[in-house]
Amino acid sequence: MSKPRVFLVDDHSMFRSGVRSELAGAVDIVGEAGDVAPAIADITESLPDVVLLDVHLPGGGGQDVVAAVKADHPDVKFLALSASDAPEDVIAVIRAGARGYVTKTISGSELIDAIQRVAAGDAVFSPRLAGFVLDAFAAGHTADLDRPSFDPELDQLTLREREVLRLIARGYTYREVAKELFISVKTVESHVSSVLRKLQLSTRHQLTRWAAERRLN
Amino acid sequence: MVDQANAADSAAPRAGQGRGAATWLERHGIRLSRGPAGTGPLRRAPDGQLFGGVAAGLAERTGFSVGLIRVVIVVAALSTTGYLAIPYVLAWLFIPAEGAERNIATKALADKRGIGLAAGLTSVLAVALVIASALNAPWATSLAVPIIICAAGLVLITRNASDDELAYLRSLADPAGLTATAPRSRRLMRFGVGALLMIFGVYALLQGHERMALLKPLAGIMLLVGGVALALGPWWLRIAREAVEERQARIRAEERAEMASRVHDSVLQTLALIQRRAADPQQVVKLARAQERELRAWLFDGRPPGSMEGQAATVADGVRLIQQDVEAQHGLTVDAVTVGDCELDDDLAALLAAAREATVNAAKWSGADTVSLFTEVERDSVSMFVRDRGKGFDPDAVPDDRKGLAESVRARLARRGGSATIRSAPGQGTEVSLAMPRCAAERVPRRS
Repeated sequence: MSKPRVFLVDDHSMFRSGVRSELAGAVDIVGEAGDVAPAIADITESLPDVVLLDVHLPGGGGQDVVAAVKADHPDVKFLALSASDAPEDVIAVIRAGARGYVTKTISGSELIDAIQRVAAGDAVFSPRLAGFVLDAFAAGHTADLDRPSFDPELDQLTLREREVLRLIARGYTYREVAKELFISVKTVESHVSSVLRKLQLSTRHQLTRWAAERRLN
Repeated sequence: MVDQANAADSAAPRAGQGRGAATWLERHGIRLSRGPAGTGPLRRAPDGQLFGGVAAGLAERTGFSVGLIRVVIVVAALSTTGYLAIPYVLAWLFIPAEGAERNIATKALADKRGIGLAAGLTSVLAVALVIASALNAPWATSLAVPIIICAAGLVLITRNASDDELAYLRSLADPAGLTATAPRSRRLMRFGVGALLMIFGVYALLQGHERMALLKPLAGIMLLVGGVALALGPWWLRIAREAVEERQARIRAEERAEMASRVHDSVLQTLALIQRRAADPQQVVKLARAQERELRAWLFDGRPPGSMEGQAATVADGVRLIQQDVEAQHGLTVDAVTVGDCELDDDLAALLAAAREATVNAAKWSGADTVSLFTEVERDSVSMFVRDRGKGFDPDAVPDDRKGLAESVRARLARRGGSATIRSAPGQGTEVSLAMPRCAAERVPRRS
């Protein structure tokens, strides 16, 4: 497998250089940027495989970068990488089209693994993202239940998807989830991708409200 | 027979009158019978005080009612033209207030600066006394000695009484009507007493100088006083200023001490941890972030660092506190994920306590640098999972002391209907699963 070409977007240059040194050798870093406008320009020019994207940027949210680049270059994949954020910010970036979300405390090898996964087209769920998604799709939000659902397929998680997300939230790797549920790693990946698709396409009130607050959709 | 009947007849109304008087007295806080006596040494009771709390303290110790003791003291003082008030003042000085270790008199004797101040004041009054005698005003001479003693005593007392007592004395001695907060009745009373004193003062002056032209000696006194004030004024001012400065310094020192203890508990601890873990930038960042959060909470929200108990209102709050706490104290990352939220009750607080214990255990023993803490609030139950990827252990081969810990957590949760299971194997990390059914708590929307 060839080294994925990676672009870094983060407003802290110290963090960028830290990630750079951690990823050195495993990936090909083709550029970096510290704000929304230069990031969009440079990414459109260098067309990397994966963009590592901070959720918060001084000139706007990370989702602006995703939306702008995705419009012309749908092949560029985004992996959101951030310290600690409100769930709505993270969900907004995912709904804009990012393929996953990991926290900055992730170890170097795990980050490389996540980048390769995203480059291969899979979704990457950190425990925190799994928690956010479970929360957003939780059955207890009664305000949602009263509203007619346009597409129940998209607006609900299956029992199995819920189980997978729960185990990820508990800190299990995909491999451990597979072992625990007696399914293959491929099946776990397909469940996670399906959850990501629902997350991006669902019109659930909770999700659309978060997205609307971020001027999306 | 007749006599006895008469005696009985006449005794009855008297007894009735006595009862009537007793109830009237009781309505005004004076009880003639004796209640249960307190134990322990005699202490002044600042809670029930009217002046110094001596009567309240005596009442507490002996079991007689406060009102009765007060009446006895006042009557005794009045009937001896004030001489029996002296024991009251002495008692105030020598009986420590409740909760205080030393009495005011002991503290005053140990206060060298205070004695100096009192000496300074005494010198002022001595000068006034000399002037007065030079002006041939015997009324001033007769008053001077008690005034000097009182003034010196007051200085020592105000410097050595506790803050509460000072505040109370100040409220009693406040100039008439100046503080709007004082109750109207007390303001009026003070004003009346002040006016009476002034009338008596003017009367005394008029009496003492009826044969002279009134204004001449007065002008003389004022000139002399002015002269003395010019000569000795700077010294008195310096003494007063020093007293104020000393007080301010004491307040500053107290604030600094509190600040220092807070900073020691939080920032210094974190800095020490950062130094020990300087080789690992990620952990340093984590520590710094946790500390920053805590410091911000302290500076801008007024939440004191280190005091975690009683602050969490919901499960998610509690999880955040566990995360901050363990990250700050053990320097590892707690990856906390919370789904849903609800109000904390006793059961859930026990669940959180168990989760905290499991997290701290993982931080101490597993050797892992990250602990996952997942919490899910569902309609009927709350589950928590503490997972690490550290050494792991064989649950069947645990030494008794650690097993005891796990058992106690399990038993504590089981008493409230919850459960705890531990899954671990050498080299595979450990996962502690905790669950607690919910009873009444309503689900509250997650705060973002």
